[in-house]
Amino acid sequence: MAMLDAPAIVSSRRDYDDSFTLARYLDTGGYVALRQALTMFPEAVAAEVDAASLLGRGGAGFPAGRKWSMLRRSPISYLVVNGDESEPATFKDHYLVERDPHQLVEGVIIAAYALQVSQAFIFVRGEFALGLERVQQAINEAYSYGALGSKIFGSDFSIDVVLHPGAGAYICGEETSLLEALEGKRGFPRIKPPFFPAVTGLYGEPTVVNNVETMSNLPWIINHGGAAFAALGAGRSTGTRLFALAGDVKNPGVYELEMVKNTFRDLIFDPALGGGLRDGRTVKAFIPGGVSAPWFGPELLDTPLGQDEVAGLGSMLGSGSVVVMDDASCVVRATWRITKFFSRESCGQCTPCREGSGWIERIMYRLEHGGGRLEDLDLLLDLCDNIAPGLTWPPQQTTICVLGPSIPSSVHSAISMFRADFVAHVNHGGCPHD
Amino acid sequence: MSHFRAEIRQRADDLVSLYPRKRSAMLPLLHLAQEQDGYLSDEGIAEVAALTDTTPADVRGTATFYEMFHLEPVGKYVVGVCTNIACLLAGGEEMLEHAAKSLGCVVGATSADGLFTLEETECLADCNLAPCVQVNHRFVRTTTPATFDTMVEDLREGRLDHDVPHHGTLIRVKRQGGLRVSKDEVAAERAVALAARTARAETAVQAATAREAK
Repeated sequence: MAMLDAPAIVSSRRDYDDSFTLARYLDTGGYVALRQALTMFPEAVAAEVDAASLLGRGGAGFPAGRKWSMLRRSPISYLVVNGDESEPATFKDHYLVERDPHQLVEGVIIAAYALQVSQAFIFVRGEFALGLERVQQAINEAYSYGALGSKIFGSDFSIDVVLHPGAGAYICGEETSLLEALEGKRGFPRIKPPFFPAVTGLYGEPTVVNNVETMSNLPWIINHGGAAFAALGAGRSTGTRLFALAGDVKNPGVYELEMVKNTFRDLIFDPALGGGLRDGRTVKAFIPGGVSAPWFGPELLDTPLGQDEVAGLGSMLGSGSVVVMDDASCVVRATWRITKFFSRESCGQCTPCREGSGWIERIMYRLEHGGGRLEDLDLLLDLCDNIAPGLTWPPQQTTICVLGPSIPSSVHSAISMFRADFVAHVNHGGCPHD
Repeated sequence: MSHFRAEIRQRADDLVSLYPRKRSAMLPLLHLAQEQDGYLSDEGIAEVAALTDTTPADVRGTATFYEMFHLEPVGKYVVGVCTNIACLLAGGEEMLEHAAKSLGCVVGATSADGLFTLEETECLADCNLAPCVQVNHRFVRTTTPATFDTMVEDLREGRLDHDVPHHGTLIRVKRQGGLRVSKDEVAAERAVALAARTARAETAVQAATAREAK
């Protein structure tokens, strides 16, 4: 049975049609946390977030408090919020920017105050035209309400927040690539080290980059205390999290669940959540954390929705996207489409990713559409091994960013789990499902 | 002589002033250039270069990196059909095929009447409504071939003009408000606050040392 009694931390306004307006936000406790934060010392605000043990909700799951404290030695210049959500089948930030932009803006101001930063940028994916409008509207309303601008709410803290639109590039979700885009350049990820924008970020100055969902948690954490947040979930995975459920389920959607207390089976089958599969079908495989993650088979449905719990089984909770494939779906076609995505989105800086993604995509294409050969399977695994040597998880890094080493996940998973399906494609001279 | 209309030029100048460095306004400015011309014309690119203190080659080199920018004229409506994993499982490929037939153009091409350009997109993050279709980056919530055809009819008749503005990603993004004080004033305010924070941290360290000494 799914555990659904945890409070809704970031999706509490989901039932209101006007959830994005200032009036509704104020009516439901909005900007109380910011007023509270402004009465505290900035370091005390940061300490609450530390106490919450809030893990970044973008995909890598790095502790937000630690990201902030790395900078305490040198003052931070900029806060940048990553709303470039493009990981296939991930649609939680899209929900947050469109449906609860004030919660995001309040979180950004609280973070900026804790970090003592007076210039923040909210980077929103360009394809989210309505999201861009809603966030700008929220920023405008926050200025006229006195929550943004000079000496907010009569305090000694001034802050400016600028909305920055993306323009269609998956790679800009990678934080250093996002900073390049914010500097008006091609979105090429930067060479590491330095590993963290906290050291060298926007315009070469110390910068904190946090995800939209991470920021959206802050008002609740200040209102209820970091300890209350940390009391939810288990182990390193504290609080709740938005899960974007997609694929062959009856009720795909964004669901906020307490970390660890529920399993993939709960998310997919509970009548209040996914509601099970369509047409009485069964689970063939599911992707636990975005298409960069290795796949799981139905035997792992009882895995708890927690960062370490999923990592321990050789995959990742990643972006919070769960994709279900039923027993009628073609895993070869699914894998081909995922590799086509990586091939299109590779920025082209590093050879293993640029050449490897296209090569793998062409082989996957011929397997799916006829013309595949049995030796293609070994060739695919060999190519994957060249991109991420050893095919371990987490993958070995041969490229500047993690896009390249994410390519083998689906290919390696599909071949290991469903080799017979690939062989059937070769013998059939194309897709047997067509 | 500005290539941008007065209203767009005003918005462009406002955008440039928001950033510590002019070049940072590149992507929003390119969205504006596209809003005016429907694509990135040579004149639009030259103006963005002037506004950001870069060269047209630099602007073009940046623009080509990003999917949303069109270097050649496109139809009045750019129809994007997603075929990525969630949409694939929900019939996205079939939807794209239907769209091509219905609009009378192949993927990447523009219909003969110049109204529609068809694109195969990557995940649009609207997966609970798969297969996803966007027109000029507006979600139109159409999921079946029949609703797709109704939408095309509505677009032709201009019934969706309010919901689907032309190439206007930022057409309704109008910034109001701002710091209203000089950056120097804010910098001074931050310096005072940071000094106070450092002092508090030192006091805390001294107190801890004193406790240990006891």
